[in-house]
Amino acid sequence: MHYALIPTMKDLSFPPRIWNPAECMDREALNALQLYRLKEAVARMSIVPMYQKKFKEAGVSVEDIKTLDDIRRLPFTTKQDLREGYPLDYIAVHRSEIARIHGSSGTTGKPTFMAYTQEDLRTWADLCSRFLVAGGLQPHHLVQISFGYGMFTGGFGLHYGVENVGAAVIPLAAGNTPRQVMSLMDLKPETLICTPSYATVIAEEVQRQGITPDELPLKYAHVGSEPWTEDMRHRIQDAMGIMVFDNWGLSEAFGPGVSGECVYQHGMHIQEDRFIVECLDPDTLEPVKPGELGELVITSLSRKAMSIIRYRTRDLAYILDEGPCKCGRTTKRMSRIKGRSDDMFIIRGVNVFPTQIEEALLRVKGTAPHYVIEIDRPGAMDEMTVNVEILPEYFSDKMSDMKEISQKIGDAIKSVTGVRAKLNLVQYATLERFLGKAKRVIDKRKLG
Amino acid sequence: MKIKQVSVFLENKPGRLYEVCKHLADADINLVTLSLADTEQFGILRLIVEDWEKAKQLMEADGRVVKIVDVVATEIKDEPGGLARVLKVFDEANVNVEYMYAFTRKMEDSAILILRFDNPDFAIEALQKAGIRVISSEELFKNLR
Repeated sequence: MHYALIPTMKDLSFPPRIWNPAECMDREALNALQLYRLKEAVARMSIVPMYQKKFKEAGVSVEDIKTLDDIRRLPFTTKQDLREGYPLDYIAVHRSEIARIHGSSGTTGKPTFMAYTQEDLRTWADLCSRFLVAGGLQPHHLVQISFGYGMFTGGFGLHYGVENVGAAVIPLAAGNTPRQVMSLMDLKPETLICTPSYATVIAEEVQRQGITPDELPLKYAHVGSEPWTEDMRHRIQDAMGIMVFDNWGLSEAFGPGVSGECVYQHGMHIQEDRFIVECLDPDTLEPVKPGELGELVITSLSRKAMSIIRYRTRDLAYILDEGPCKCGRTTKRMSRIKGRSDDMFIIRGVNVFPTQIEEALLRVKGTAPHYVIEIDRPGAMDEMTVNVEILPEYFSDKMSDMKEISQKIGDAIKSVTGVRAKLNLVQYATLERFLGKAKRVIDKRKLG
Repeated sequence: MKIKQVSVFLENKPGRLYEVCKHLADADINLVTLSLADTEQFGILRLIVEDWEKAKQLMEADGRVVKIVDVVATEIKDEPGGLARVLKVFDEANVNVEYMYAFTRKMEDSAILILRFDNPDFAIEALQKAGIRVISSEELFKNLR
């Protein structure tokens, strides 16, 4: 087991437990269940006008779904489709059956709202419980949740997943890092849940306070909602003497809980009884072979409020070309997220599209719509620098004028994206002009 | 009575100031004085040169962003209180100085102040009323030749 490599005397072993037998179904039974639930999902969504139109355009109906391969006859759903269905055009239940609403993280203008029925919330909690248990959570444990709560699915999703297992939650939420460490030392939770970058910040605070891995009671961390690397995993593990597990999900498909790692830290187990995850070439939309990078396209099979069909996540990853895992789970595993098939990037957990920067610049007089975004992670936190050209007619010999423009650009970017950027005013006509597809984002973070 | 100032936008990168100075030197343009305002991200170079049109042309041909503004030059005695006397005039006339820089000349006991105002004409009037000499372009450059 990998944890033998972690420099600590702590016992990190845990009893191999499977939360839900569905994680270990044999392939034939699993496929039959998937087909049955896929038909249900298509039938369920056929009452939604947005999907009625889509299915009609694609010339497909629930009767056409005879095998799992027939999923390829179904139309895709994009983020733009969901935006056009603002606020809740995609729900397949009566308004009174909604038990909770969450929203997509980060994107501004109008968010995309996601609804859950009471049953959906139970399904979701079960999904979160599965990967939490796969990563060491036991009913007698304490769990510190240092995710933001609110419209973001991370906080509440994991919260109910932990309680579902019978463990206790410390709903500390993100921020005030010394207090995070104080809680880790005094309340002694076994598990920490947060973003990988915040786990790094907490690990650095632990080291700064001179706390050794053996003194820190923490044993496990579950991190997600952000791209990260194996290097980061090792840094967090070594600093705190813990095991760190990756998990993946998105609000369009519940939230966290679509997939997560087990004790072997080798690929995230996809909860295939609840989701069909396709891995497609983003240009041809043909399936790629296992082991080849492609865009993940996800169908929610059992979400009653909204079973989004073939949602294009734009997340790039690959499906592991390996059989069942040593842990006993038979589900397919996926790699960590390797990138995006569009130009969206995630900074400090917030989704940012370059077009949003353009929108912000267009709001400010005196800037040219030419810009290059540099993303870096100088310490533990992401930093965005926007290089902007100032139009000659707005150049001033007075510093106060220049500072005012600079301030306005900064405020506009913050108001559109929700993230404060560092600004770099550059000489007019010096940024590269792109003839074809513009390359406006330079990501200097090392995300393997 | 006003003087033309050449302002140039500079990116905050090594060698940018040198490039500008080198280019002007190659064109045989003498810098009478200059001031540099800078931030972490960029700088504004302000130059006083006799042939400002040629300097502007050269800089723009180089792809630089250049702006010409009027500034006011005045001569003060190079002694304690010399500057304070001038500033008192603006204070009393309620004129705001955007920025200023000064230089002294060889073999003379006077200093030249370059002042930037939003309304230079009003500032000139105030100076003249107070009996402080405002230097014209011709005088400024004549003495330097």
